[in-house]
Amino acid sequence: MQPLLNSNDICLQIAGKTILDHVSFQLFPRQILTLIGPNGAGKTSLVRIILGLLKASSGTVAFPRPLRIGYMPQKLHIDATLPLTVGGFLALADRHRKRCRDALERVAISHLYDQPVSGLSGGETQRVLLARALLRKPDLLVLDEPVQGVDVNGQEALYQLITQIRNESGCGILMVSHDLHLVMAATDQVICLNQHICCHGTPEAVSASPAYTELFGVRTALYTHHHDHQHSLHGEVEDCGDHHHG
Amino acid sequence: MADFLLLALLAGLGVALVSGPLGAFVVWRRMAYFGDTLAHSALLGVAAGLWFSIAPGIAVIVICLLMAIGLLALQRQQALATDTLLGILSHSSLALGLIAMYLIPGARVDLESLLFGDLLAVTALETLSIWLVAGFVLGLIYWLWTPLLSITVHEDLAQVEGVNVGLVKTCLMLTLALVIAIAMKVVGVLLITALMVIPAATARRFAISPAQMAVLGSVAGMIAVCLGIAASWWWDTPMGPSIVLSAGLLFLVSLARRARQQKA
Repeated sequence: MQPLLNSNDICLQIAGKTILDHVSFQLFPRQILTLIGPNGAGKTSLVRIILGLLKASSGTVAFPRPLRIGYMPQKLHIDATLPLTVGGFLALADRHRKRCRDALERVAISHLYDQPVSGLSGGETQRVLLARALLRKPDLLVLDEPVQGVDVNGQEALYQLITQIRNESGCGILMVSHDLHLVMAATDQVICLNQHICCHGTPEAVSASPAYTELFGVRTALYTHHHDHQHSLHGEVEDCGDHHHG
Repeated sequence: MADFLLLALLAGLGVALVSGPLGAFVVWRRMAYFGDTLAHSALLGVAAGLWFSIAPGIAVIVICLLMAIGLLALQRQQALATDTLLGILSHSSLALGLIAMYLIPGARVDLESLLFGDLLAVTALETLSIWLVAGFVLGLIYWLWTPLLSITVHEDLAQVEGVNVGLVKTCLMLTLALVIAIAMKVVGVLLITALMVIPAATARRFAISPAQMAVLGSVAGMIAVCLGIAASWWWDTPMGPSIVLSAGLLFLVSLARRARQQKA
């Protein structure tokens, strides 16, 4: 099978500092590939190079056939002085109202169409960004920390939604995350990045590999999150019992 | 009505009309200080125009554009915070412009009219050029509306979606330089950004979409021009500052209304 994307020996140096060191990988259609790594590992730089937003110092990104790329940025900051509704935000990518409503439907927030973007919760904002990426009918979805600012239950729901989108549309997905365990069920392949590729493979293989443990430590690997309350779709806590986190 | 008053009104309305949409972008993109810096460098443009015997309008546009391009380049260095950088350039260019004025041999320049505007002295030709430039800028903003809004909301996202971010930004700088050049006569270099920022901020209270805010900004600006000219006529106050103060009072009145969309 022909890959969607071929990354060949990408290197990036900024001001003499090595950000990326000979990063090579391939991404295939219908595949979900997750980049994990600590802060400053170069994940976002790599994504920006793939998107054409940043130029690599050396190495190439090749797309064997022309691709439509849908991009979901890490966060969205809209100035409160800008009176923009969710519908208006989506219209920037596609003026067709019906298609915008359908995209919102797919990410299960069609009721937010007329709401101002600046008042959305973290989870709602991420879904709006995802809807905008979907409007482009992408062959490749690039998601930079798609669950940022979303509570843990919301994160699971969002990862399920991403898997569902892949299953329905057959697009390839490149995703950035800093937590392997949350993303484990939602990904086919994992690349563990720390300037260079430390290890890669299935999530199970990566989490068992010494390179991964060395990078994240045992504590992270054993971390679990206990819930004592339920969340609705929008992330509000519905039933608060005793609150003990961590 | 006296002819000069009619011309003043027409010139003021032309500038207010175009300031609405442009001001909205200045507010959304937090470019107020940036606009101020460009406006201050306009004085340098006038000096350069006198020095090299170029039409002052053209010289102002060229200097503002050079300044804008220089600022964008310096911002990328990230060695200094943007507002520090703007603070340095804004006041240095104002000081340089003032000194250049004094050094020009034989030229007696009315500094006050450059700093605060001289709307009553506006000529028919100047009024015509204000409306031509305003029409051009409005056309450009209308044509580039979606990409302009798109880069304002999220630059990277816009670029991935195929917007030529560099080109659209350059166009925005060009329109800003053009409007500064025509607004100088009306309110002067020190008050130009006020004419963009205040009506747009007033409009925010009533607007539920970006396009509405742009249009209402024009309306608020035009009301301020009418009020300012009337006030200046009745109380014999300087016209440019009267227009800006009217805009400020309109904003105060608008505060009485709760901003829409903020309840959500």
